[in-house]
Amino acid sequence: MKRLTMFALLLAASHAMAADSGQRLYATCAGCHGTAGAGTGGVLPVLAGQPKDALAASLRAFKAGSRPATIMQQIAKGYTDDQIEQLAAYLAAQPAKERK
Amino acid sequence: MKRRQFIRTVGAGAALASVAGCASIAGSAKPQVVVVGGGYGGATAAKYIRLWSEGAIDVTLVEPNASFISCPLSNLVLGGSKQIADLTLGYDAFAGHGIRIVRDRAERIDYERRTVALAGGQTLRYDRLVLSPGVDFMWDQLPGMQQPGAQDTVLHAWKAGAQTVALRAQLEAMPDGGVFAMTIPPAPYRCPPGPYERACQVANYFSKAKPKSKVLILDANEDVVSKGPLFKKVWATRYAGMVDYRPSFKTVDVDAANRTAISELGDKVQASVLNVIPPQRAGSIAAQGGLANANQRWCEVDFLTFESTQAKNVHVLGDAIQVAPLMPKSAHMANQHAKVCAGAVVDLLSGRAPNPAPMLTNTCYSFVSDREVIHVASVHAYDAAKKTLLVVPGSGGLSGAPSELEGSYAMSWAQNIWSDTLA
Repeated sequence: MKRLTMFALLLAASHAMAADSGQRLYATCAGCHGTAGAGTGGVLPVLAGQPKDALAASLRAFKAGSRPATIMQQIAKGYTDDQIEQLAAYLAAQPAKERK
Repeated sequence: MKRRQFIRTVGAGAALASVAGCASIAGSAKPQVVVVGGGYGGATAAKYIRLWSEGAIDVTLVEPNASFISCPLSNLVLGGSKQIADLTLGYDAFAGHGIRIVRDRAERIDYERRTVALAGGQTLRYDRLVLSPGVDFMWDQLPGMQQPGAQDTVLHAWKAGAQTVALRAQLEAMPDGGVFAMTIPPAPYRCPPGPYERACQVANYFSKAKPKSKVLILDANEDVVSKGPLFKKVWATRYAGMVDYRPSFKTVDVDAANRTAISELGDKVQASVLNVIPPQRAGSIAAQGGLANANQRWCEVDFLTFESTQAKNVHVLGDAIQVAPLMPKSAHMANQHAKVCAGAVVDLLSGRAPNPAPMLTNTCYSFVSDREVIHVASVHAYDAAKKTLLVVPGSGGLSGAPSELEGSYAMSWAQNIWSDTLA
């Protein structure tokens, strides 16, 4: 029982840290894509609330150069695959909304 | 017991109520952060400290101006495709984030007592202070610009606002066949590609309204500082015969009455409209107490936290810092500094170690006409061995050529970074 509680606490802590790191990491993208993925202006897709796998696949395709882009290939090459997973998980967990 | 000992003994929060004349919320146990400067760096820091602390930290923003005027896109006002009102935003959303705004100018910092004295007489206490003061101009390096009236005749328009509007008016009043000359200081200065974008914007205006006129760039640097091949190609093609680029012209004095720039070699260049971008250093509040400890001009910081290497509990952001390698003094970068700093401030005030591996990005669009745009981008990560932020190998790059597609992305960038900073 004691061990289980400890495990649960550790798990909760590691989840909190992962969420935290995704949130902090995504802040590097928010200048173009909006706070917490709630973009504005209608030119770029709203990232908040999109499926995690689709987001991660897009970022990996930009990184690999297989998805055409003006700027996103150059940006995506700056992130590790693990960071791409963190970004995708964070965005997928945000409420799907566009900032008016 | 002396007051200072008392503060040390009981700690910052409980001592708040005891500091006479202090404007902080009496009795509040929350940590106090004061942010000085509501530009891209300071406004972003204020917002993100509130967001990431979930309201557990009180934030006061000190900013003398009632509204925020964006430097990015301000060259489009000179080109005529934007009005200054299009780039002017309010701080209205900050009340919703619980940010207290004090419309005043920070005048003096007492690092021992951890207080900031404002011009209006108020004193604010802080647990952590965030300075995002932008740049001040080094007029002493251009003696003629210190003559009475000189700064009303020869404009810089390097802080968006009244100067931008006034320079546009000078361009509109200039007869066709005139010369617009712009001087560029030695790097580093705010917005490396900004002067070259400005040359494009003025040339775009001239090509439509005053086609016999010329744009003369007098650059103290040996070559175009940013996006060089892209800008030079635009000048040689779209603006052929109109833009004249002169490198290694270091302006050391200005005869403002005669709109003449004077180089260190004694060359004199007279113009119909002279625009002098002066040499720059960290804003004056950050120069106090030796914070500007790099060449007496810029503020060195610890890139994990953006805390000054000179003063504890004081963070410096944006154009005022001594930059890491390949880090431009840009609005986007200031927004990014602010988030690394905000995260660290929240962590440190919560008794946690700051993120050991912060990252940031830079995205910078330049308008070469009213619609076509080029970019430079980079991703930076903390290098623990070198204790600085370095460009991630393989990341970043430039546009292949100007495009209207990037023009739409540039406008989208502006909408989103304004929202990320202010909304």
